[in-house]
Amino acid sequence: MRALCWEGAGALAVRQVPDPELRNAHDMIVRVRRSATSGGDLPLLAGRVPEATVGEVLGHEFLGEVVEIGPEVRRHRIADRVVVGAAVACGACWFCRTGLLDCCDNGTSGVTAEPPWVQPAAGCYGRPARLGGFAGGHAEFVRVPYADVGAYAVPEQVDDDRAVFASAAAPAGWQGAELGGVVPGDVVAVWGAGAVGQLTAGAAVARGADRVIVVDEHDDRLRMVARHTGAEALNHRYVDVLAELRERSGGRGPDVCVDAAGPPAGPTRWPAVEPDGGVALREAVHACRKGGTVVTLGGGTAFVDRFPLGAVTDKGLAVRGGRRRGPAAIPELLDRMARDELVTEHLATHRLPLERGADGYALFRDRVDGCVRVVFTP
Amino acid sequence: MARTGWLAGSAVALAAVGARALVRRWPPRAGTDPWPGRWQVVTVAKRPEQVLPGGRWPEPLSRLDGAVEVRARAAPGGRGTELAVRPLGGEPTLPGPAAHLVGDEPGRYLRQVLRETKQLVETGEVLRADRSPLDRPEPAG
Ligand SMILES: [Zn+2]
Repeated sequence: MRALCWEGAGALAVRQVPDPELRNAHDMIVRVRRSATSGGDLPLLAGRVPEATVGEVLGHEFLGEVVEIGPEVRRHRIADRVVVGAAVACGACWFCRTGLLDCCDNGTSGVTAEPPWVQPAAGCYGRPARLGGFAGGHAEFVRVPYADVGAYAVPEQVDDDRAVFASAAAPAGWQGAELGGVVPGDVVAVWGAGAVGQLTAGAAVARGADRVIVVDEHDDRLRMVARHTGAEALNHRYVDVLAELRERSGGRGPDVCVDAAGPPAGPTRWPAVEPDGGVALREAVHACRKGGTVVTLGGGTAFVDRFPLGAVTDKGLAVRGGRRRGPAAIPELLDRMARDELVTEHLATHRLPLERGADGYALFRDRVDGCVRVVFTP
Repeated sequence: MARTGWLAGSAVALAAVGARALVRRWPPRAGTDPWPGRWQVVTVAKRPEQVLPGGRWPEPLSRLDGAVEVRARAAPGGRGTELAVRPLGGEPTLPGPAAHLVGDEPGRYLRQVLRETKQLVETGEVLRADRSPLDRPEPAG
């Protein structure tokens, strides 16, 4: 089959690779209909993930139809149209049964490199095999482990271009508002107007936030925020963000601040000599009201130093992290899509054949031509 | 090659620890545990009698019979069973998979065995990786 492969730092190419095969009884094979670029792929693309191996297939947001099922798969049949959550989770461990599917104990495979904190989180498609990941969705076919847990049938009235965002971007946005505990009347600030930032803003509006403000530096993305999410837009190149947020929140500061600006540019190992990242996170901590909640969705294993811990303790903030929402939210998001309450297709600013995968990632990485997400069709 | 490298590395680490007080290092680095014989523990989301039916060790743990000791107890809060393993003392010549307990980083090896044991008990399978990336790239066609 054809697949978009990592070829070393900064390089991608569509290659001929072996078709995936069933490896476990709970697996199924999906023929991909759509797959989307994601900010979580950029550290890998840039060569900042030392565990990556040349030839690995990228992509963790995809949708397709079932072509083969293992003997233990109960909820799916051949030819079902399904969206697959980015996280690979077993559904049986204590974390999964408690609803924390993104923390699954059994979602990675093989002899994997242990993170310094030793506990592996759920697996993921399009991540290095040495980190327990699975081949990605930018391909003609994908193996889906624990298919009954991670894949969901797409309602007939939701088309592919909308439903593909139910894989990871919309669950991540939903998680941003959920971890923030957004309730009616809240003022919510979101850093980052990419797909996840916009979907976080939309989720905060849906949960009844009184005022939602999105901070970014790209005017085209901010125009999209204003048009599609019901949130206000702030361009940090033109305004003092902290002063503006205080003014727009009655001097209190936002109740909930979500860093959805993507993986920070900080080092992936520590100690490091690379420049420090985490600008958005620091600003979120400084902006948040006393006793408020700061949520960081920035993925990657980056380290962020110069963290304003004094502001966290003085203001009594709750800081919560999430990287990849487990698939549990997908059915609800698909229902909202079916009722036109959640509209996502505008996020696919570019649609390309998979053969142009490298061009698509260049557009996405450099944010040129108003690119928010590129959606590929194999 | 990797194995002799680990062996030398852990011998050096042990010698250094013997010579002076343990300096806390962050982040923790693989192979620097000054006490490689410690208990490695995993919590399995099943009751002890399901994890060790009739007192028998589950697969793949049972392959280490004679090389490790095993303890199990009910985990608090209905979380299942705390399953603990540590190498038996000394550095005997061990057959088969148990050889890892001498040559490699034993703690890491035992964590991997416990992880597979847990997966098998909880999900009925050990999750297998995709085929190796090494046999993935083919000439562009
Ligand atoms: Zn699980």
